[in-house]
Amino acid sequence: MSISLARETAPSVLIQRRVPFGLLALLLIAFVVVPLTGNDYWLNAILIPFLVLSLAGLGLNLLTGYTGQTSVGAAGFMAVGAFATYGFLLRLPELGLPVALLGGGLISAVVGFVFGLPSSRIKGFYLMVTTLAAQFFLEWLFVKFPWFYNYGSSGTISAPKLALFGHDLNTPLGRYLLTLTTVLLLTWVAVNLVKSQIGRNWMAIRDMDTAAAVIGIPVVRYKHLAFAVSSFYLGIAGALWAFAYLGTASASSFDINRSFQILFIIIIGGMGSIAGNFVGAAFISLLPILLSHAGQALFGGSVDAGQLQNLQKIIFGVLIILFLIKEPEGLIRLLGNLRERLSHWPLRF
Amino acid sequence: MRASLKRSLVGAALTLAVFSSAVPLVQASADQQFFPLATYRVGAYASSGVQVWAGMLDYLNYINEVEGGINGVKLVWQECETEWTAEKGIECYERFKKGLDGAPVAIYSPNGAPAAYALSERAEVDKIPLITLGYGRTEATDGTVFPYNFPVMLTFYSEASSLINYIAQREGGFDKLKGKKIATVYHDSAYGRETLGPLKLLAEKYGFENIQIPVADPGNEQSAQWRQIRQVNPDWVFLRTWGVSTPVAVKTAARFGFPVDHIVGDIWASSSEDVLPAGAAAKGYLALTPYPAGADFEIHKRLKQYILDKGKSDLKDLKNFGSVYYNSGLVNAAVMVEAIRTAQGKFGKRPLNGEEGRWGLEHLNIDDARLKDMGYFGLMQNLKLSCKDHEGGGSARVQQWDGANWTLISDWIAADRALLRPLIDEKSAAFAKEKGLTPRTCTGDE
Amino acid sequence: MTFFFETLLGGLLAGTMYSLVAIGFVLIYKASGVFNFAQGAMLLFAALTFVSLHDQGVPFALALLLTVVVMIVGALLIERLVLRPLVNRSQITLFMATLGLSFIIEGLAQGLMGSQVRALDLGIDDVPVFIGGMMVSQFDLIAAAAAIVLVTVLALLFNKTRIGVSLRAVADDTTAALSIGINLNRIWLIVWAVAGIVGLVAGLLWGARQGVQFSLSLVVLKALPVLIIGGFTSIGGAIVGGLIVGAAENLAEVYIGPLIGGGITPWFAYVLALAFLYIRPAGLFGERAIERV
Repeated sequence: MSISLARETAPSVLIQRRVPFGLLALLLIAFVVVPLTGNDYWLNAILIPFLVLSLAGLGLNLLTGYTGQTSVGAAGFMAVGAFATYGFLLRLPELGLPVALLGGGLISAVVGFVFGLPSSRIKGFYLMVTTLAAQFFLEWLFVKFPWFYNYGSSGTISAPKLALFGHDLNTPLGRYLLTLTTVLLLTWVAVNLVKSQIGRNWMAIRDMDTAAAVIGIPVVRYKHLAFAVSSFYLGIAGALWAFAYLGTASASSFDINRSFQILFIIIIGGMGSIAGNFVGAAFISLLPILLSHAGQALFGGSVDAGQLQNLQKIIFGVLIILFLIKEPEGLIRLLGNLRERLSHWPLRF
Repeated sequence: MRASLKRSLVGAALTLAVFSSAVPLVQASADQQFFPLATYRVGAYASSGVQVWAGMLDYLNYINEVEGGINGVKLVWQECETEWTAEKGIECYERFKKGLDGAPVAIYSPNGAPAAYALSERAEVDKIPLITLGYGRTEATDGTVFPYNFPVMLTFYSEASSLINYIAQREGGFDKLKGKKIATVYHDSAYGRETLGPLKLLAEKYGFENIQIPVADPGNEQSAQWRQIRQVNPDWVFLRTWGVSTPVAVKTAARFGFPVDHIVGDIWASSSEDVLPAGAAAKGYLALTPYPAGADFEIHKRLKQYILDKGKSDLKDLKNFGSVYYNSGLVNAAVMVEAIRTAQGKFGKRPLNGEEGRWGLEHLNIDDARLKDMGYFGLMQNLKLSCKDHEGGGSARVQQWDGANWTLISDWIAADRALLRPLIDEKSAAFAKEKGLTPRTCTGDE
Repeated sequence: MTFFFETLLGGLLAGTMYSLVAIGFVLIYKASGVFNFAQGAMLLFAALTFVSLHDQGVPFALALLLTVVVMIVGALLIERLVLRPLVNRSQITLFMATLGLSFIIEGLAQGLMGSQVRALDLGIDDVPVFIGGMMVSQFDLIAAAAAIVLVTVLALLFNKTRIGVSLRAVADDTTAALSIGINLNRIWLIVWAVAGIVGLVAGLLWGARQGVQFSLSLVVLKALPVLIIGGFTSIGGAIVGGLIVGAAENLAEVYIGPLIGGGITPWFAYVLALAFLYIRPAGLFGERAIERV
C-alpha cells in the first residue's frame, strides 16, 4: 500500500458573500422612504440633528476612542469649522458650498493640529485640560472679534446661501439630503481610515503607547494626525450644525455643554466603533424628546413641568453611570450581544 | 432577578411612552387661537422664567374667562420645555408651528435668545411672526429686511439711548453731559456687546467719555473690573450684565466704594432676583425697565379679582405677583393679544394664521386710551409699529430698589431712535446683501 | 504702584476662594484616584441645603450640622452605588461617572429645593478694609482665614490621626493597603464625606459672595487649572495653585486684557496651566506618576 503523495487539489472553500442587507435597507430608508414620507418636524427637529451629532461623535471618536487622547474641546473645533465655512461662503461665494465646507474642515484641522501639539509631551488627564483650554479660548475668540461674524450686532452667523449646482438647499428636505450625503461620505472615509495602517497605529497608541513606540510607530506624529483628522470631521459637523440644523448660530451654540454632549455620545454609543456614534447620537438626541413625551403622557398636568425636567436630568445621569458600570463598551456592544442572542434564538447559550 | 425586573420595567415604560406620546395633552379645536408656549422651567434661568410664564398664562386665562376670548375667539395654549437651549427651542417650534388640532398659530414667542436666533430665518420661511421683546436681533427693527421678526418695544440700541437721556435728565440737560464719564460694565457676550456701537455714537454726539469694561462669563469674580472703575472714577455706571454677574457687580461696587445709586442696570439686570443676592449693598440701585415692577396697576387689580383670588393663577409663590418678570409676561401676552385683535379688525373675528398675525403686528397701535382700557396704563408704553418699524416703542422707565421693593422714579424716557436708525439700517442692509435678499417696499397695507 | 499691589493682593485673596474648591478635588483624588467632576454639584447641593434649612427658621449651627449629616449620607450613597461597581476601572471611566453624578446631584438639588436664587447671609459684611493705603475686602480676608483653618485641620487629620495615615496609604498604593487590612470602602466613605464638608464650606463662602444659584456648580471649571498648577495630590499645592491662578488672572485682566479686548479670564488660567504643564507635568507639588507598560 502506498501512500499517495500526489498533490491534491486544495479543498474548495465556500466563499460566503455576505450582502450587507441591513446596511442596504438602512440606506434605502434614508434616501428614499424618508424624503417621501418625512414631515418638517421629523426632518428639522430629529433627523438632521441626529446625523450631525453622529458625525461630531465620529470625529471625537477618532481622537478619543481610537487614539485614546481624551478631549473635551470638541465643540470648540466645531465652532472653528462653522465660522470658517461662513467666512468662505461670505467672502468667496464663487467657490461653492462643497469647497466651502471642505475649506472649513481644513482650517479646523489646522487649528486642531495646533492645539494637539502639547500631546507630544502631555498625556491622559492633563491633555484633557489642554483641550478645555482650546474650548474656552476658541469660544472667546469667536465672540471677541466681530470680523468672524461680519460685524452683525448679535454675534450670529447664518449661511449666506445654501445652494448646490443651482438647486436651493434651504428647504428641510434639501438640508436633510445635504447632511445625509456628507455624513455618509465622511463615514465611508472613516471606516477605511480605521481599517488601514493608520487606524491600527492609532489603536496601538491607545492601548499601549510605550510599546507602540518600541516597535517603531512614530507615536507623536500619529497623535498629531489624530488631532488633525478629528478636528476636520468636527469642523464639518460644526458647519452642518450651524447651517443645516440651527440656521443661525453663534459661539454660544458651541459651548462646553456641547462638548460634554458629544463626549456622552461616544461613551454611550461605544468608544472605538464607527456604528456606535450613530447609536449614541440617536440615544442622546431622542431620549430627551422621548422622556418629555412620556412625562407629558404619563403624568399630564399633575406633575409640575419643571420637576419633570429635573427628573429627566437625574435619569440621564443615572443612565450614564449605568452604562459605565454595566457596559463600558457602549450601546453598540449591547446591540451586538443582542444580535448574537437573536442569531441563536430560541436556543440560549 | 433584580436586573431583569428593572430591565422589563424600563422597557415597559418606554413602550408606553412611545405609544402614549401619540396622545396630545391639550384638546384644541379649529375655532380657537393657538398659542404655543416655549418655556423653561429648569436650568440656570428657571427661577425667572417661571414668573414670566405665570404672567403670560394668567393674562391669557383672564382674556378667556373674563373677556370671553378675543372678540369671541377663545384662546388655547400648550407648554413646551426648551431648557433655554436652541435645540429644544427648534423642536418645540417645529412641533407646534402648524397649530394644534386645527387651531392655528398667529404669533410665536421663542422666549430665549438662542432659540430666537435659530428660529429667525425659519420664521421668515414659514411665515410665522416671532416676537422677541427686549432681546433678539436689533437689525430686525427694519421690517423691510425682516418681515417676520419683531423686536417689539425696546431693543438694546434704544435702551442705550434711553439711558443717556435719563442721565441727561438727572444732570440737568444734554449740555451738562459734556466731559462727564459714563462707564459701561458689560457681560462679555453678544448680549453685552450690543450696546458698544450705539454708546460710541451717543458719546460722539454729546461729548461724554465712554468707557467700556468687559466681564467674562459667568462673572462671579469682578474685583479687577471694579478696581479699574475706582481708578477711572466715572460719574455713572451702566450695568449691562445678567445672571450672576449682576449681584456680584453690585456687591463688588459697594466693596470698592462706588455709590450704588449711580449704577443703572439694563433691563435684564432689573429684577428682584438680580438684587436680592447682593443684600444690603443693592439699596439705591437703579434699573431701566420697559415693564416696571408693581402690583397696583389696573390690570393687576383685575387679575387679582378674577384669577388670583379664585386660585386660578399659575404662580406657585404669590409673592411674585407684580414682580418684574411676572409683569414682563403680562406685557408680552398683551402685545400678542392686541396684535391679533388688530388683525381681526381686518380679517374677521376668527382664528388667524401667521401672515395675518404679521399684518396685525405691523398695524399695531396702542395709545393711551387703549392702554387705560386694557388696564396697562403705566405698565406698558405706547406702541406703534409699522412695516418699516418693528420696534414701535423705544421707551423705558427707571425704577429704584430700596432693599425690599422697586419704586418707579421716572416716567417713560424715550430713546433718540432717529439718531440710531442709520446704524440699524446699515446692519440690516449688510444682512440683506449677505443673503441676497431684496428688501420689500412698504406700501402701507400689505 | 499701589494699584499693582492692590490688584496683586486682591488676586491672591480671590485665589484662596479657588483653592477652597480645589481642596475638595485633591482629597478625593488622593484617596481614590478619581477626579470628581461632581464636586461643583456637591458644593451647590450643600449650599442649597443649608440655605433652605436656614430660611425655614432652623438656627445657623443646627442647619450646619444637618447639612453635614446630609453630605455624609450622600457620600455613603455615592460610595455604595457608584464607586464600588466601578472599582479598578480606568481614570477616564471614573471621571465620566462623576460627570453623570453631577447631573444627578444637580437635578436633585433643583428638584428638591427649587431654582430660586437665594441670598446667603453669613454675617460678614463685604466692606473694604484699608491696609497701608491699599483697599482689601474684609470678606476675602475672612475667606482666606477659613482656608488656612481648613488646611490646618486637614493637615492634622492626615498626619496625626490613624485614619489620616490609612488615607495616605491608600493613596500611595491601593493594593498594598488592602493587603495589610485597610478597609477600602470605609476609607472612601470618609474621604467623600470630608470632601462634601469641604464643599459645604466652599459653597457657603461662594454663595455668600454671589448668591446661591445654579452657576455655583460652574466653579469646578476654575478649579482645574489650580489643580494642574498645584498638583492633583497635594493640598498645599491646591493653596499655592489657587494663589497663583487668582493673582495671575487679576493681573492679566488689568494689564494684558485691554491689549486684546479684555474678558480673557475664561481661558487665561488654562493657558497658564498649559505653560506649567510643559515645565512641570506633575504640578508644583504633585507626585510624578511612574508609567508602567
